[in-house]
Amino acid sequence: MNDQHREAFAEEAYDLLAELETSLLELEERPDDKDLIGRVFRSMHTIKGSGAMFGFDDIAAFTHEVETVFDMVRDNVLPVTGELINLTLQARDHIRWMLDAASTGEAPYRQGSKTIADAFKKLVQDKQGGAPPLPSPDPTALPAGHGVLSTYRIRFRPSPGIFATGSNPLLLLDELKGLGECVITVHTDTIPGLEEIDPEACYAYWDIVLTADKGMDVIRDVFIFVEDISEVTIDLVDHGDACAEEPDYKRIGEILVERGDLSPEDLASTLKEKKLTGDILVESGHISRDKVDAALAEQRHVREMRGKRQTEETSSGIRVAAEKLDSLVNLVGELVTVQARLSQTASLLNHTVLTAVAEEVERLTGELRDNTLNIRMLPIGTTFGRFRRLVRDLSRELGKEIEMTTEGAETELDKTVIERLNDPLVHLIRNSIDHGIETPDERQAAGKPRKGTVHLSAVHSGAHVLIRIRDDGRGLDREAIRAKAVEKGLIQHNAEIPDKGLFAFIFHAGFSTAKTITSVSGRGVGMDVVKKAIDALKGSIEITSEKGTGATVTIKLPLTLAIIEGLLVSVHDRYFILPLAIVEECVELTGTDATGARGGDIAHIRGKPVPYIRLRREFSINGNIPDTEQIVVTGINGNRMGFVVDTVIGEHQTVIKSLGTFYGDVEGISGATILGDGAVALILDSSHLLARVEAQQSVR
Amino acid sequence: MPKTIMTVDDSVSVRQMVSFTLKNAGYDVVEASDGRDALGKLNGSHVNMVITDLNMPNLDGIGLIRAIRSNETYKFVPIVMLTTESQDTKKQEGKKAGATGWIVKPFNPEQLLGVVKKVLG
Repeated sequence: MNDQHREAFAEEAYDLLAELETSLLELEERPDDKDLIGRVFRSMHTIKGSGAMFGFDDIAAFTHEVETVFDMVRDNVLPVTGELINLTLQARDHIRWMLDAASTGEAPYRQGSKTIADAFKKLVQDKQGGAPPLPSPDPTALPAGHGVLSTYRIRFRPSPGIFATGSNPLLLLDELKGLGECVITVHTDTIPGLEEIDPEACYAYWDIVLTADKGMDVIRDVFIFVEDISEVTIDLVDHGDACAEEPDYKRIGEILVERGDLSPEDLASTLKEKKLTGDILVESGHISRDKVDAALAEQRHVREMRGKRQTEETSSGIRVAAEKLDSLVNLVGELVTVQARLSQTASLLNHTVLTAVAEEVERLTGELRDNTLNIRMLPIGTTFGRFRRLVRDLSRELGKEIEMTTEGAETELDKTVIERLNDPLVHLIRNSIDHGIETPDERQAAGKPRKGTVHLSAVHSGAHVLIRIRDDGRGLDREAIRAKAVEKGLIQHNAEIPDKGLFAFIFHAGFSTAKTITSVSGRGVGMDVVKKAIDALKGSIEITSEKGTGATVTIKLPLTLAIIEGLLVSVHDRYFILPLAIVEECVELTGTDATGARGGDIAHIRGKPVPYIRLRREFSINGNIPDTEQIVVTGINGNRMGFVVDTVIGEHQTVIKSLGTFYGDVEGISGATILGDGAVALILDSSHLLARVEAQQSVR
Repeated sequence: MPKTIMTVDDSVSVRQMVSFTLKNAGYDVVEASDGRDALGKLNGSHVNMVITDLNMPNLDGIGLIRAIRSNETYKFVPIVMLTTESQDTKKQEGKKAGATGWIVKPFNPEQLLGVVKKVLG
């Protein structure tokens, strides 16, 4: 507890003591005044309660003795006497002295406390002829998890009126889920028909099978507030010591009898038949389907848990060398290509039987492709786990209080993507911790919680995965970035730039190392490296930030690097692929559109200017320009960009092939693919082309 | 939107501690100094949970709980009472009046947040 609170307590205690003194003096004159007695009691009570909370344990302990006596006075067990008032006044002075001593850090004062306390005890004993009832504090000992997994069977049947106490049974179920692996079955057989239903009553009840490394007490504690108004039974049904050699669990009938849902006689008569016990029981009307399901859930759960203990995690999969997977993906890629050829040939020949076979192959190839790519998918959670440690270590080192929260750890991404994402993420998290989140004191001064938060989330969005790193730190300083961008000649000093575009400057090489930026806003060291890594993954990165409240970095990544959905276009006799995910629309480029402002390549589409690139010019392709050209409008990071082509052919399943070492770093081309007729199409690296155009424009 | 918790206690220091802890954990906090003050401040406003002391002048905790429960708007709002070990009968009375749970004084911030999480989710 910090000093500020201790001071507040001391101040308040002085006031209470003053009030106590007045009350006591009045009480001496009017010993029967119930209100006065109540006031005295309350003062003591408050001093005791808050004293203990703020670390004045001695004061709390001492005041407790006095309070106990006044509790008896309040209950008419002890009369108010001059002696009592005297003693209480002494006690009051003593508490005051203890407070003074605590604030000046004086010598111990136990002796005095004891004398007065003893006098009180004597007083009580004299009057009552027995020891005063001094209840001991509630035992709050919670046995720590004993490390062994135990399985509990819990039946939780809240009383219909549970909502009227402000309790929410679902929260308790959530709390149980947090304790361990949990199977919950709800029973709805007690819900009456619509005519009789009281919408404010709780009719359902639950059977829960929970496996956790917690003791029975911990589980009982979950229900502590509702145990009087609910029926809660908890049984230990399986614990870690129970032999794992016997993975089979009790039979369904036994479980139901144990739960008291079924009588042994009914079970015996049922067992004579030779069907599944559960089914027979339901059919014969002995028991409801819900109850059987709940018991089945328990059976399954315990079997699973036992099985798990037996085999650890080895049975969950087989390990395969990554190269084998890679070659499988390559083969599937080849197959997809061949399949495209087959389909094309079949449609050219217009042969019914062949077409049927080709369609069948197409369907199978599609499934095979999806399955194969799926094998390479890993949950991103493993990486998140590693960052937890990073956050912990770094925040300690820097003397900051930071909590990391994650969301969507189960989101799956291509293995290669996850591996190559590690370094950029480390960099971004480091930045958040190092520069984004302020020290606890600064945060407090800014009216924020002392503890900062770094939130890491992953979520699917179409053919992409969005990874966000959000902190609640000081955010980016847009003015500083702006000044730097002007200084570097990236923008005009009076240019109007939206935040998004402005923040994007911190990804520029060289921008990062600028001392002024790092000292003011703190962002930027090596952000260009991050950007490059994300670009290499065909992803994009974007920052939003509000000064003072934090920053969010969003990384958008394709699900896989092996096969993408593409839009096939052609210029003369050349084919190109644009990733379909970034394509916004395709329109005809008319003559008037083409002549834009400043004579540059700007088209006006629906009233908005869209800069464009003529692929014909970009790649020096000859051939006749058709009467109407097409413009494919793409959107990257909110920037629109057009690609002018001769013809838009259509969607294409694009198996990405690298260009090989010779052409590996050709700018503007990220790979190639083979079309159905054997022709090669180049895959355009749109973000790269866009960046180049932007660079040219800002130079102008 | 952050959830709003009302803390009712005649002790400024306890209120301050509760309020500080809750605000740090991201909740909005409304403070009231006793039952009457609490009812005045509730008066239809949006409160997700109430934490109240039992011994208070004007209107004590039990009275407050009864009053809150009888109000249609706050019928299902979780109410947690602050009790001491010597007040077991009070605790029973509070439960009867419709309290959701209780916290035994003295408590530390973690215990407080634990209970808040338990009843508020």
